[in-house]
Amino acid sequence: MTIEVKNIVKRFGSFAALDNVDLKVGKGELLALLGPSGSGKTTLLRIIAGLDWPDAGEVTIDGEDALGHGASERHVGFVFQHYALFRHMTVFENVAFGLRVQPRAVRKDEATIRARVKELLDLVQLDWLANRYPSQLSGGQRQRIALARALAIEPRILLLDEPFGALDAKVRKELRQWLRSLHNEIHVTSIFVTHDQEEALEVANRVVVMDKGRIEQIGSPGEVYDNPATAFVHGFIGESIVLPVEVSGGSVRLGDRPLNIAADGAASGASKLFVRRHDMQIGPAGTGSLEGAVRHVRSFGPIQRAEVALTGGEGKTVIEIDAPRDRELQAGEIIGLQPRRYRIFAAQD
Amino acid sequence: MSTQTTFVTPATRLQAYSSTADLAISPPSGRDASTRARSAVASKDLRSEPGPIRFIIIALAISFLTIFVVLPLLVVFASAFSKGITAYFAALAEPEALSAIRLTLLVAAISVGLNLVFGVIAAWAIAKFEFPGKTFLITLIDLPFSVSPVISGLVFVLLFGAQGYWGTWLQAHNVQILFAVPGIALATIFVTFPFVARSLIPLMQEQGTQEEEAAISLGASGLQTFFRVTLPNIKWGLLYGVLLCNARAMGEFGAVSVVSGHIRGETNTMPLLVEILYNEYQFVASFAIASLLAMLALITLVVKTVLEQRLDEGQTPRDELRDEP
Repeated sequence: MTIEVKNIVKRFGSFAALDNVDLKVGKGELLALLGPSGSGKTTLLRIIAGLDWPDAGEVTIDGEDALGHGASERHVGFVFQHYALFRHMTVFENVAFGLRVQPRAVRKDEATIRARVKELLDLVQLDWLANRYPSQLSGGQRQRIALARALAIEPRILLLDEPFGALDAKVRKELRQWLRSLHNEIHVTSIFVTHDQEEALEVANRVVVMDKGRIEQIGSPGEVYDNPATAFVHGFIGESIVLPVEVSGGSVRLGDRPLNIAADGAASGASKLFVRRHDMQIGPAGTGSLEGAVRHVRSFGPIQRAEVALTGGEGKTVIEIDAPRDRELQAGEIIGLQPRRYRIFAAQD
Repeated sequence: MSTQTTFVTPATRLQAYSSTADLAISPPSGRDASTRARSAVASKDLRSEPGPIRFIIIALAISFLTIFVVLPLLVVFASAFSKGITAYFAALAEPEALSAIRLTLLVAAISVGLNLVFGVIAAWAIAKFEFPGKTFLITLIDLPFSVSPVISGLVFVLLFGAQGYWGTWLQAHNVQILFAVPGIALATIFVTFPFVARSLIPLMQEQGTQEEEAAISLGASGLQTFFRVTLPNIKWGLLYGVLLCNARAMGEFGAVSVVSGHIRGETNTMPLLVEILYNEYQFVASFAIASLLAMLALITLVVKTVLEQRLDEGQTPRDELRDEP
């Protein structure tokens, strides 16, 4: 099922939670809305679900206007960050809820409902918990039950609000892969909200990066990581080294030190140079555009992470770089650095 | 939503509510924190207190309770049975006594029933929606607690009395409100209004709206959401409020006394009859009725304790089980 969002505006008082947002979601997609808190991602999700209403704009689901219908008529599965399971009902009744509240004309008989619930509990691999109450489950189990409950109504689309946000790191990782494979199995158009870039890049087919109520970039996980469209996306996704540079007529300077890199068409003026930590080429002192003293080295796995105090530039700039361990760095050593891949964005006030 | 909610026992519920909600008449902020700190210190000191002092303090508390609570209660029952069991039941079988019991039950049923509905609506509005004038509404709900019951009764006299605003109109249409059941019920409703709303607001605020949102997104209608999700979640708090409301409705004296007119066998509730009989030196009869009210109090106390336990169970955030690795 497709979802189309057009020119959505939503204000809370004078705060613009969503500022002219456009988005198209294709059939069977698994889309991530990624952004820091306050970026409007949850508000957008709630508007699609019908739990919030925009001040202006359109939402269509399958080409049909959704804003004319309340949440209960939209057939949208919603999974809450804190599960929102009905605490006075057993797991079984929680999952059955959506089937039991259907209008009498379309309501299934008890045997069909029981079979369907059983099927869903099998799908989330928790059929053995059917008679427990939510308070007797772990966080991961609760979230899987919440998902089964949302799927019970055979939703046209599935919306997940920070589905793994309240879980600890290890469980989060497991559930991610599980959600990925579940989506491969049932193929319902899904949108999930997260502030965790790793989660978004790992699970989604397409990532929508949001900041301050606007969409900064839409692209595949590879695109948003390798070709960030804006300074915000570069800074938010992946770890970046950010250096304040001056661009003038195609040449780039850090303080009074000219850098041997092309401006790549960046406009003249104060700018920011973004380099991924692992995209700094390390050489002996005197090679490369930058030079610095290694202050501290930590090695783990295949990489060593070094803190380097740059010489030149404005005062003492300290950056962290990741280098392969083919050449062990020593604290105190002076090294030359050359950005291998980089992006230059105009500095915003 | 926080799973680590501050633990609020029902006993401190009303007080905690009035100091946490942004009430215009709220007591100085920080009072909660300071009392908690003080009691923590006191209990620590108590444990380190030498035996005799501990004994004296406990003895003082118990004797105080005995003199001011237990003794009067015993006197009520002793006086009621002072002429024997036959006299006791004879006094209760008097037509006047029966009429008072009937009237009290009727008024309690009306006022508890209506306040149940009003209270749930008011608590729902306050806990689940944001709207201008919310603080004012919260203050208004508390008004009956801060006004003397006699004044509450007088208000109805001013409205419905012969010289009141609507008195002439009511007389012309032959509608009897004052000195009749409607007046007594109105006064009782007014006085007991806050109980249900106040016991529900903190509970509903704590529970938030997520379960309702979940229900709606699963296709439930408004009514289905209320009866299948909201009501089961608040049932113990609701019962708690109803219980207190009922106890007050049956025991109310001041406001009812002003509007009742004391027509014997017609508009006397049990508390009013107790006073009348006492003034007529019919001590056995007076205390017999009083003993019924005292029993109501005792039953209320027991049920209240049970309900508080249920509420605490429902509220204590159980430790989330660990996910298996």
